[in-house]
Amino acid sequence: MISINPQDSRPLYEQIEDNFMKLIAAGIMREDDKLPSVRSLASQLAINPNTIQRAYRELEAKGFIYSMPGKGSFVSGSVDAADSRKQELLGQFDEVSQQLIDLGCTAEELSNRLKEGKSDD
Amino acid sequence: MIKVSQVCKAFGPVQALQNFDMHVLPGSVYGLVGPNGAGKTTALKVISGAMRADAGTVSVCGGEVYENVAVKGRIASIPSDLYFSEIATVEGMKNLYGVVFPDFSSLRFEELRPYFNLETNRQVRSLSKGMQKQAFFWLALSRRPDVLLLDEPVDGLDPAARHTIWGLVMDDVANRGMTVVSSSHNLRELTDVCDHVGIMDAGQMRLERSLSELQENFVKVQVAFEDDKFEAPAELDVVNRVQEGRLFTLVVRASAEKAQAILAQSNPMFVNVLPLSLEEIFIYELGGDRNEE
Repeated sequence: MISINPQDSRPLYEQIEDNFMKLIAAGIMREDDKLPSVRSLASQLAINPNTIQRAYRELEAKGFIYSMPGKGSFVSGSVDAADSRKQELLGQFDEVSQQLIDLGCTAEELSNRLKEGKSDD
Repeated sequence: MIKVSQVCKAFGPVQALQNFDMHVLPGSVYGLVGPNGAGKTTALKVISGAMRADAGTVSVCGGEVYENVAVKGRIASIPSDLYFSEIATVEGMKNLYGVVFPDFSSLRFEELRPYFNLETNRQVRSLSKGMQKQAFFWLALSRRPDVLLLDEPVDGLDPAARHTIWGLVMDDVANRGMTVVSSSHNLRELTDVCDHVGIMDAGQMRLERSLSELQENFVKVQVAFEDDKFEAPAELDVVNRVQEGRLFTLVVRASAEKAQAILAQSNPMFVNVLPLSLEEIFIYELGGDRNEE
């Protein structure tokens, strides 16, 4: 379910978080689906359980999952989770588009690019 | 869980450990790293009770280790040079362990059998070095120890075996709260499994930190200025500095946010923060100390 890319320079917990967020956002994991236990994921990936725990804590703080003591962690149904992912990505979008504008791209160029993207669907 | 305090250990004229301190929390996976000859093996031997410190204290699970049968019974250690009798088979060693170690679990041994592709009736000395290592892991994990001490544990293991074994170790850490100390030169691998790191050099502990704290407070920053000059502000702890054309590459002991905030004061035209690998942290941390001497 989860893969780690050793070449990725981001911290492991971020990669795991990201993996789950993508699965949840894509609907592959749905409301109340159970996430693998910290123990089983640590063992399967051969990484420190604290790393998994940190990823799960972040996911819970962002509203993507909820935990039931003794039972495990589950995907939450809240729309907030998708929203928070959207906000995060929009933040990245702002950063990247600012860099493009700094390099001389115009807002119009960027806007056209988005429009073209849509027509490819 | 493990508290080493001001330990000294000499072998004739060689001072292997000198006022050596080390602290390992229960349930932690602690990576012990350092250059060749730093004293890692000696440190592990003193912690396991295989050697006696000349001075200082070594306490594990709340008790002083040396000659303490009860405490030593809770520690399993796998040295880098394996020792076994000439005629031993894995089956034979399993029986011996069952007698010597009261907590040895035959049930656990059988549970682990599918993970190890070993014929238990072959003589250990006829197995390849890698398979011998696997056998020792198999036996050590069957003891269900509270503390696992590993000296260059995955040397000679193929990548699949490495993954299997770390997977089993992580399972025990998650499930039983086992404490692990692992010395290794494979920093890339340690980054995956450790939560704490101790960097030692010349018989002394230089730096002990949680891995996340270390990685978050040690960054590489690429920065460039219009006028091509740069005086590092005093409040920025710059450990290394390289200039190529207009681009300065700095290694800084600070978080990404702090580094960027401080550098922003100098109005850079370009700033890019990159994480450091554990190898780089190791090299800069030790290199820095050497330069100060």
